[in-house]
Amino acid sequence: MTLPEATAATRPTTEAVRLESVGFVYSDGTRALLDVNLAIAAGERVAIAGENGSGKSTLVRQLNGLLRPTEGRLALFGQDTKRRHVAELARVVGLAFQNPDRQIFAGSVRAEVAFGPRNLGRSGVEVDRLVEEALESVGLAAESWTNPYDLGYSRRKLLALASVVAMDTPVVVVDEPTTGQDAPGIGRIRALIDLLSAKGRTIIAISHDMRFVAENFERVVVMGGGRVLLDATPSEVFAESAWPVLDSTSLTPTYPALVGARLGLGSTPTDASFVEALAARQASS
Amino acid sequence: MTGSPQPRKTGDSGGAGVAPASAGPPVALQLRDVRYAYAGSENWALDGVSLELTAGRVLGLVGPNEAGKSTLCLVAAGLAPAAIGGRLEGSVALGGRDTSSALPHELAQRAGLLLQNPVTQLSGTSPTVYEEVAFGPRNLGLPLDEVATRVEDALAALRIEGLGPRDPMHLSGGQAQLVALASVIALRPPVLVLDEPTSQLDPAGTRLVGKALAGLAGATGTAILVVEHKTWLLGDLADEVALMSGGRIIFRGPTAAMLDDERLADLGVEPPPVVRLRRSLVERGLTPEPSLLAGEGQS
Repeated sequence: MTLPEATAATRPTTEAVRLESVGFVYSDGTRALLDVNLAIAAGERVAIAGENGSGKSTLVRQLNGLLRPTEGRLALFGQDTKRRHVAELARVVGLAFQNPDRQIFAGSVRAEVAFGPRNLGRSGVEVDRLVEEALESVGLAAESWTNPYDLGYSRRKLLALASVVAMDTPVVVVDEPTTGQDAPGIGRIRALIDLLSAKGRTIIAISHDMRFVAENFERVVVMGGGRVLLDATPSEVFAESAWPVLDSTSLTPTYPALVGARLGLGSTPTDASFVEALAARQASS
Repeated sequence: MTGSPQPRKTGDSGGAGVAPASAGPPVALQLRDVRYAYAGSENWALDGVSLELTAGRVLGLVGPNEAGKSTLCLVAAGLAPAAIGGRLEGSVALGGRDTSSALPHELAQRAGLLLQNPVTQLSGTSPTVYEEVAFGPRNLGLPLDEVATRVEDALAALRIEGLGPRDPMHLSGGQAQLVALASVIALRPPVLVLDEPTSQLDPAGTRLVGKALAGLAGATGTAILVVEHKTWLLGDLADEVALMSGGRIIFRGPTAAMLDDERLADLGVEPPPVVRLRRSLVERGLTPEPSLLAGEGQS
């Protein structure tokens, strides 16, 4: 997986997200985050992985103010968020929930997607453009006037993604985007991420889908027990030396990573890297 | 997913209501030429589905988005059209009993359904996970110690005993999915219909659910119909796999052969990682020796 040249070359060094010693405890006393430190540059694509209940969803909810750190500090584009209203944060960080039905409420696909940008004060013409672009990107352009609940779960999930994309925020967070998707659906999500990346957006994705993570992200944050356990490239995270850490948070290496390690090919987190490593070895022998 | 309170006669195990067995295991679920359209829709979401599932067998259901997999789940469990309306042609029988003439509480005892979106099926009335899982068995009118046994067995099967005291409305997506599954398992229905039971689970949780379900089928003779996008999980779990597209079952066969069949990929179903990697090697002009890709669990 390579990033478009233009993006890599022109990426500003601005820091989009900074968490310093962030902790979070729910009102019932459940601790969800402990001493989380993360700095994410504008334009980066970061995957967050970790076992169920490891704090992934809680973490991303801090970013747009749905939850506020109970300890530590969060800055977006250099500005402390403590005194910022949730409506202000929503202009910066768009969040697509894991469960689309927690988000969908409008009577038509088009109205659903238009709500976000309109709410952020975009003009009518701009809203139209954003809505069309977002629906096109997830393959729902033909369903503009359909009631969202006449779509199956997998397409409601794509609709929820489109609604967030249309808000045109500099940071886009998606929670388990590939759930319930067939291969073409996953392909659409990849294309959508590439499109956002090409526009210089910062993308943060929570995913249990290790293949999706390895193939589409340049950086993987592994969480366990509310802490960051690993923060590295897919090649480092899926290397044999890191497997015990993955195991401690109920994750497994990708299949090509397992076979690559067995064959002594080094870290081969993706099918493509495995095939190349094997071809290189056969050519040299 | 649960019926109204219902006193039970002793000896009525709920699992006994299967068709008289002439030979072999009894048929637990049978669909004959089923067509179904949702209320207000002109289109057949199911367009001629026939299938039989015998006790103790696991049938995996795969297919592209909108193929009709979730609809088949609703119809097989008797929820559609009984609870949500729509038009049904053909017949659906659970344990030999036609669902069109069965009462809701009868259906609830014959088939357990896990919806694709598990949060929607939590009752929202239970203060703890333990109470949530007890809700169904209690509604069956079971004695209290039997309710406790079922709840504890279900939580243990999925290794979520630790969630017992937690508030069901404050769980992570994956935890909620396990609790919803435990609630269905605790009813001990002879037929389980599961719509993507592992969609929100981490890889270890996914394997655990696979083992728990295989154990249920083997130990209790539960018949399981399971929709799953993770084809690698079906490799361990399912006896057979059926491929759906356009509201029909296109073909059905033994799991290993099905998962290697190119028609799956052609219809947008992701093959298991081992099959994918082997195809990538062949594309690159490399010959994968059988031993190369043997072994290893896959995610």
